[in-house]
Amino acid sequence: MRTLKVRLALATTSFALDVAFEVPPGVTVLFGPSGAGKSRTLGCIAGIVRPDRGLIALGDDVWFDDANKRELPIHQRRVAYVFQSLALFPHLTAADNVAYGVARSVLAADRRARAHDMLKRMRVGHLADRKPATFSGGEAQRVALARAFAMQPRVLLLDEPFSALDADVKRELLAEVGEWLAREAVPAILVTHLEEEAAALGDRVVLMDSGKVTREAAMDDPTLSLPKIRASSKG
Amino acid sequence: MNGVDLRPLLLSFEVATLATILAAVIGITGAAILANFRFPGRDILDVLFTAPMVMPPTVLGYYVLVALGRNSVIGHAFEALTGSSIVFTLTGAVIAATIGAVPLVVKNVRAALEETDATLILAARTLGATRLRAFFSVQLPLATRGIVAALMLAFARAIGDFGVTLMVAGDIPGKTRTASLAIYSAIQGQREGEATTMVVVLTFLVLSLLYAVGKLTARRPR
Repeated sequence: MRTLKVRLALATTSFALDVAFEVPPGVTVLFGPSGAGKSRTLGCIAGIVRPDRGLIALGDDVWFDDANKRELPIHQRRVAYVFQSLALFPHLTAADNVAYGVARSVLAADRRARAHDMLKRMRVGHLADRKPATFSGGEAQRVALARAFAMQPRVLLLDEPFSALDADVKRELLAEVGEWLAREAVPAILVTHLEEEAAALGDRVVLMDSGKVTREAAMDDPTLSLPKIRASSKG
Repeated sequence: MNGVDLRPLLLSFEVATLATILAAVIGITGAAILANFRFPGRDILDVLFTAPMVMPPTVLGYYVLVALGRNSVIGHAFEALTGSSIVFTLTGAVIAATIGAVPLVVKNVRAALEETDATLILAARTLGATRLRAFFSVQLPLATRGIVAALMLAFARAIGDFGVTLMVAGDIPGKTRTASLAIYSAIQGQREGEATTMVVVLTFLVLSLLYAVGKLTARRPR
């Protein structure tokens, strides 16, 4: 049971990010309006964006530390990142998409087997040999989650992946993710600006605004009230 | 002479095929570097790759002769190893045709690579892929159409090369006389009839290739 520690500062000409928070196993919701720096924060954790300063560590395993010039490359972090666009590979079948993230040390046949198994568990086993262009929104979502789970990640990052789904599909998928997390106990971050998503999945919430953390609380904290945020495209 | 001498056309096909393969290796590597890495001198590298498109063929030919001629280090080593020189041989003709083809590969493949959704490449990286694996398994396959189009253009360019070929490989009948050179010498010798077949074949081939390239690169409805 390892906690992800995040402390980072990043400044561009138009934007400054300066946050520190911890993510224990379970779901921490990053909640805030678009432009708050939520996606940028995920990018830093995944290794896609390099912070100017800070420390990112999972337990004792340091991923980024500017003071000691440490930076673990993206592909060695084993962070499952479910993008808002899902980023399924359009030229690969669902099974190949899911197998892509399974460690290369695993035999090819076992990688395939694990992919099929995970697709079945996400109830999209029938899509295994089809390519993403033919998937419905909910199906694509399930394949993307299967791909994230199959890589046995050390951290799970969900960047508003549910925003385009209708309520019923969303409820099912949130339950699916909740189940998986209960089993695997990895630190997970859900970026959202929707209260019902935060409430359904979150254990803790980190409120962000204009590149800063404004509050950290347990989801069931009675004094917590999530600010109403108008729907928008990107955090 | 009875019948048309097809040797120049066949030689042109051979030279253009080899040149396209060579241009593919050099051009795709160059395009991958230019599309994916930022480094000092990147713009200069881009200029060097593009230069053959606009540089006078005689100037290019001069450089090749200096770099690969019998008295150059490379030319000397090549001759010691293979027993034949680079210049004024088939090898020289292939290199000459490659020089004109490389810019077309670099430009078009680079554009195709840069068009692939950056999020997909990042997704591959988060899924454990090294930069190299992400390139070969995601970025390159998604650019297939652009790459095929670029190679067709390269072939069309290579099969018609004249200036650099003349400078570097000469115009040796049966050895380095490609169709372009044969057309020139036929016209010079007032044997227009001899030129006609080759003119028609080259015209038809190049127009067909351009048509196919247009089809391949047309925007697809998404």
